[in-house]
Amino acid sequence: MADNQEEVKMKKTVLFGALTAAGLSAGAAAAGTLDDVKARGTLNCGVATGLVGFATPDANGEWQGFDVAVCRAVAAAVLGDATAVEFVPTTGKTRFTALASGEIDMLARNTTWTFSRDVDLKFTFVGVNYYDGQGFMVPKDLGVSSAKELDGATVCIQTGTTTELNLADFFRVNGISYEPVPIETNAEAQQQYLAGACDVYTTDASGLAATRAAFEAPGDHVLLPEIISKEPLGPLVRHGDNEWGDVVRWTLNALISAEELGITSTNISEMGAGTNNPEINRILGTEGTLGEMLGLDADWAMKAITAGGNYGEIFEKNIGESTPIGLARGLNAQWTDGGLLYSPPFR
Amino acid sequence: MTTMTDPPQESFRVSMLINDTRYRSYTFQFIALLALVVSIAYLMSNMFANLRDQGLFLSWAFLGEPAGYDINQRLIEYNSQMTHWRATLVGVLNTLLVAFLACVSATVLGVIAGVLRLSNNWLVSKLMSAYVEAFRNVPVLIWIIIIFTIMTAVMPAPRAFRGDEPDAAMLFGLFAFTNRGVYVPAPILGNPLFGSAAMGWLLIVLGLVGSFFGAKALSAWANAKQELTGERPTTWYITLAIWFVPLLVLLTIMGLSWNVPALKGFNFAGGLTIRGSLIALWFALAIYTGAFIAENVRAGIQAISKGQTEAAASLGLRPGRIMNLVILPQALRVIIPPLISQYLNITKNSSLAIAVGYMDITGTLGGITLNQTGRAIECVLLLMLFYLTISLLISAVMNVYNNSVKLKER
Repeated sequence: MADNQEEVKMKKTVLFGALTAAGLSAGAAAAGTLDDVKARGTLNCGVATGLVGFATPDANGEWQGFDVAVCRAVAAAVLGDATAVEFVPTTGKTRFTALASGEIDMLARNTTWTFSRDVDLKFTFVGVNYYDGQGFMVPKDLGVSSAKELDGATVCIQTGTTTELNLADFFRVNGISYEPVPIETNAEAQQQYLAGACDVYTTDASGLAATRAAFEAPGDHVLLPEIISKEPLGPLVRHGDNEWGDVVRWTLNALISAEELGITSTNISEMGAGTNNPEINRILGTEGTLGEMLGLDADWAMKAITAGGNYGEIFEKNIGESTPIGLARGLNAQWTDGGLLYSPPFR
Repeated sequence: MTTMTDPPQESFRVSMLINDTRYRSYTFQFIALLALVVSIAYLMSNMFANLRDQGLFLSWAFLGEPAGYDINQRLIEYNSQMTHWRATLVGVLNTLLVAFLACVSATVLGVIAGVLRLSNNWLVSKLMSAYVEAFRNVPVLIWIIIIFTIMTAVMPAPRAFRGDEPDAAMLFGLFAFTNRGVYVPAPILGNPLFGSAAMGWLLIVLGLVGSFFGAKALSAWANAKQELTGERPTTWYITLAIWFVPLLVLLTIMGLSWNVPALKGFNFAGGLTIRGSLIALWFALAIYTGAFIAENVRAGIQAISKGQTEAAASLGLRPGRIMNLVILPQALRVIIPPLISQYLNITKNSSLAIAVGYMDITGTLGGITLNQTGRAIECVLLLMLFYLTISLLISAVMNVYNNSVKLKER
């Protein structure tokens, strides 16, 4: 068995050499990501190259944002240290290769969960941390109130994303024409849009709100009412490593359940001492052996929630209504409040 | 008296493969070749085995599936319902277009700058040195982005052309320079022969090719006459007629009209659009590679001994004719081989198109198709095959040309 593994390892090394020589990069999925992360002492987490509110370095170079918080929670759960994260900025084009090749352990980069990415590209989406939809942003002085009035418009679009296909479908279904301007990153798209090189910028509505928040005069731009697609965004890992997938999945679920059960970063130390609610006790590790089953410490979820607060706190801090981005909870409210967030039970 | 005997004929023995210097080198070369083949086969089998283990297998079926995305610049008909293969073809044509434009303009620019760099005029030669040093020492990607940024930031948006007192106006009412691109009038054949406009344009191209050979024949006739009588007949007006009369006749028969761009809705409509991305890529590749070609040209000219210039001058030739008749024909032998590699560089550097969103083959096949289908290995293999084919073709054509200008030894 050991020999066999040795051989596989050697074959992989040779494969890598061959692929590099051929200028290709293909996946070398290593089993046991959890052990790798523990041994390395840091979590390699793929994020966006810079999207205010979701993933962007602040003035001190510290990564901040809604997606970043998921990375930090996982790092806290696995390593006990929310800062033990190596953030790897990825573009729409590089993200899947980075994950498939093992350069990153998980991808938290507002990535839409689709059939082909799951089945064909062989990634496991562990859940949804933001229910989004593709929208349009136009300058107010264009006088457009509906996306259906955009016949003949020039549309800036991030290339290598699902938005490209949605856009083609939307204009086709409505029988209107447009000119796509493919752009590599959000920052470039912003520059092109502000220079007037395109009339419309389209991407996920949350991304539009985040981009608009970074403008000098956000009030001069409006988001059109049409949402033309379903975009469930969530963190993902490689197929074939279910233990690691479980860790990321249940860390996300712990954040969501924590909000539902009223566990916050302020009362968590109090609740960690034990409560009357058995589910809270199971999550926080004072009852049962959930942490052990995952291969983590008993207080893994406690550390994850302490890292940035529960789901609601993370949302409010990074993209909520009190921030410049100003997103309402909408679909992303708990199921008890009429939203779609519904964590499976911890038992 | 001596007797001569034939040296004994040694029969070949296996040990001679090692011991005999005549055969030893073959033995070692054969072993080296075998080792190379075996190691390549091993690496390949490893790659395929590992790909299979990961559930990745090569499949080309995705090329037949609908692409689902739109492309702004298409030289052939294309919409989002057509296949990935069709989208690839659109990308191929876009690559070839920008490579062709950049090769032609880089050559013109390079030859002019290279010749002028050797000028006796201090200002001109220093200006050309500055051009060469500035442009070839900054990466071409930076130049692409600089030109694109200048275009989008400095040129007016189409909405600046709107209103009673617009901020911007069209040049001569025909050309619109906007930050999305340049809109120029498009020629329209109102009454093309053989039905389709494409056939009409083909006819015009054939006419131009005919004119080219006609003009060549005329010049050959004039040369022959000059050899015979010492007097060269005046031919420039006949040459003009050969070029323009058939063209004008064809265009008149087919009813040429111009479709002038006009502001309509969000954008200019009608006319021909030269997008900002194409302009940025084209200009950047042309001026960047032009600087290298200028150096090639200068090297080629300086390789011709000064005696040639002096000999030509002593025959009474003027400097312009010395350059055209004596120096450049000889210098071409030195210039062409490095010029080939510059053309290859232009073609390969055109893959930087994605920086400005120009949809070349790297943008369509290697970009969106790769992303949407996730078939990275297949797409990259196809890309490699395409660039290899194009580069070898350019090399082949240029080598044929090189053979035609190289020194003919008799």
